[in-house]
Amino acid sequence: MAFNYDNYLRLEKMPTLWCWGCGDGVILKAFIRAVDKLGWNKDDVCVVSGIGCSGRFSSYVDFNTIHTTHGRTVAFATGVKLANPDKHVVCVAGDGDALAIGGNHTIHGCRRNIDINFIVINNFIYGLTNSQTSPTTPQGMWTVSQKAGNIDPTFDACKLAIAAGATFVAREKVTEPRKLEKVFVEGFKHRGFSFFDILSNCHINLGRKNKMQSAMENLSWIDSITVSKKKYDEMTPDEQLNLLATGILKQDTEAREYCDMYEDIKAVQQGKRGLLTQDDFKKKI
Amino acid sequence: MELREIISTGNDLAAIAAVDAGCEFFGGYPITPSSEIMHTISDLLPEMGGAAIQMEDEIAGIAAAVGAAMSGVRSLTATSGPGVSLKAENLGLAQMTEVPLVLVNVMRGGPSTGLPTRVSQGDVRQARNPSHGDYRSITLCAGNLAECYTEVVRAFNLADRFMQPVIVLTDETIGHMHGKAMIPTLEEVKKGIVPRKSFDGAPEDYRPYGVGADEAAVLNPMFKGYRYHFTGLHHDAKGFPTEEIETCRKLIQRLEDKVMMHTDEIELNEEFMLDDFDGSEGEVLIVAYGSVSLAAKEAIRHLRAEGIKAGLFRPITLWPSPAKRMGELVKATKNVLCVELNIRQYTEEVERVSGRLDLEGLYKVNGRAISPYEIVNKVKEVF
Repeated sequence: MAFNYDNYLRLEKMPTLWCWGCGDGVILKAFIRAVDKLGWNKDDVCVVSGIGCSGRFSSYVDFNTIHTTHGRTVAFATGVKLANPDKHVVCVAGDGDALAIGGNHTIHGCRRNIDINFIVINNFIYGLTNSQTSPTTPQGMWTVSQKAGNIDPTFDACKLAIAAGATFVAREKVTEPRKLEKVFVEGFKHRGFSFFDILSNCHINLGRKNKMQSAMENLSWIDSITVSKKKYDEMTPDEQLNLLATGILKQDTEAREYCDMYEDIKAVQQGKRGLLTQDDFKKKI
Repeated sequence: MELREIISTGNDLAAIAAVDAGCEFFGGYPITPSSEIMHTISDLLPEMGGAAIQMEDEIAGIAAAVGAAMSGVRSLTATSGPGVSLKAENLGLAQMTEVPLVLVNVMRGGPSTGLPTRVSQGDVRQARNPSHGDYRSITLCAGNLAECYTEVVRAFNLADRFMQPVIVLTDETIGHMHGKAMIPTLEEVKKGIVPRKSFDGAPEDYRPYGVGADEAAVLNPMFKGYRYHFTGLHHDAKGFPTEEIETCRKLIQRLEDKVMMHTDEIELNEEFMLDDFDGSEGEVLIVAYGSVSLAAKEAIRHLRAEGIKAGLFRPITLWPSPAKRMGELVKATKNVLCVELNIRQYTEEVERVSGRLDLEGLYKVNGRAISPYEIVNKVKEVF
């Protein structure tokens, strides 16, 4: 039987505001299937989004939802999570939201290793505001703010997240919805900061002026710039150039999660134990 | 009211007050001269089972605090003027989503980096409208050590009553002042706590923003079966984005009216040595607030000793201003002196509520406190 999404959607908000052929819906569905697979109670989930097309994600799903200010998603979510450590917190933001205006919160969320699941919907452009350069727009592409071709170098969001200390980092793309669901399940299960760079299409605001006017052309381009982690690791640096590895790129199960460590702080302040030592920073087996 | 004696600083008293008022979360960022609030509450909150976090910047500090408040707990952030500038956008989100929050601003010299370690009252105008758009700020101003405690407690209760951020202004002088304060006992504080309203009907009947035209939103805690939506966009009764003309108008009008139609619940003033004022020639009314009022009171004692009938009107709630009472007093007294550690920031409000443009002023913006003698001399010079 086909999966029934209705139980998790705010049906009165359908259809979404997303354009026809937009990949955001694929991500929404994979997210719902992952939540269902994990058996999360809807009351125990908080979805926090930022500003942009991805910002509307939170209004469509039947959880406790917050549509915050531009770039600040992870910072709001940190408050929700630390005040409610036993609840599930999922952030959704776009590439501009997460990597430009919210870059500081992204790297510090990763560093802190708080148990937040951060889905970055990366469509390589500012979509809602109509085609401005984002930190992931490939060099040379037309944008409305760089019509001669984008000269800004790009971020590899996953490398950034790994370097910043995220303990689960994965990249997938909307052309592989099953894999998308799988990395969500794995990342959601992981206790720590889980970072997902999910490549999606915006044939309207990226594709239109960059010879990818249809969703299919834009999606084919995404396929052409991605390669599985296994293949990527076998490549020479020259071959890796301009390619993005997909799959689970990092999973560290040793590092302790922030809210768990904060329980130690509470115990210290309540006089139940002595000050933290280096041993407290490793997971007890 | 039963009182207890405590020897502490203004900043520590603000932190203690928050915890006594039931605050369970603090999000902040280091900034002089307010950092000690974070230092102290970082010890107190985990001890009580709450949490305090130093975030990566001022913006994240308030964002985490608002996030926690959205989930249903009493939440605090503390900063100084430059931090308020950075927090402004998320203060606006809290206004729009009607999320209660207390922000303590320990004022220092501005604009910009200004005089980080020195006193000022330069953020009074900022406190009225820190973020863009239409809303009414509630701003309280502590005038002595004890009020660093009582005004923070009052701020938490007002925030839950009006479902919006409440700003408590203190300043470097009072924040770092160390001394004895008489504050209410913990039992008194607990007795006075009025938690935010909640809805306990069927989830399908819940309309968090579907309230009367002058009422505050009813926001249930998260994770309790009422799955609703917060957004900074104009929103409908259920909290979802809308551009429907009448819904948009009503929402913003309600943000105005929920405060301005209930100012009697917010207003708090001190009238010092005004009992014998009868409008006779030679009476001197000083309008001052915050730490400046300590100097003003001392000045008034000196002036009285010299036979000059002087008194003080001190608004403790600065915004909304005590328009009626302040207007009456200022209209009834010929000689009025406004004293501020800024240039006329509140004087313009005194002018507005009294309709008078002939008020005398003593303003100081060099990072130094105003002494009683400066006030005494000014009174003798101008009246």
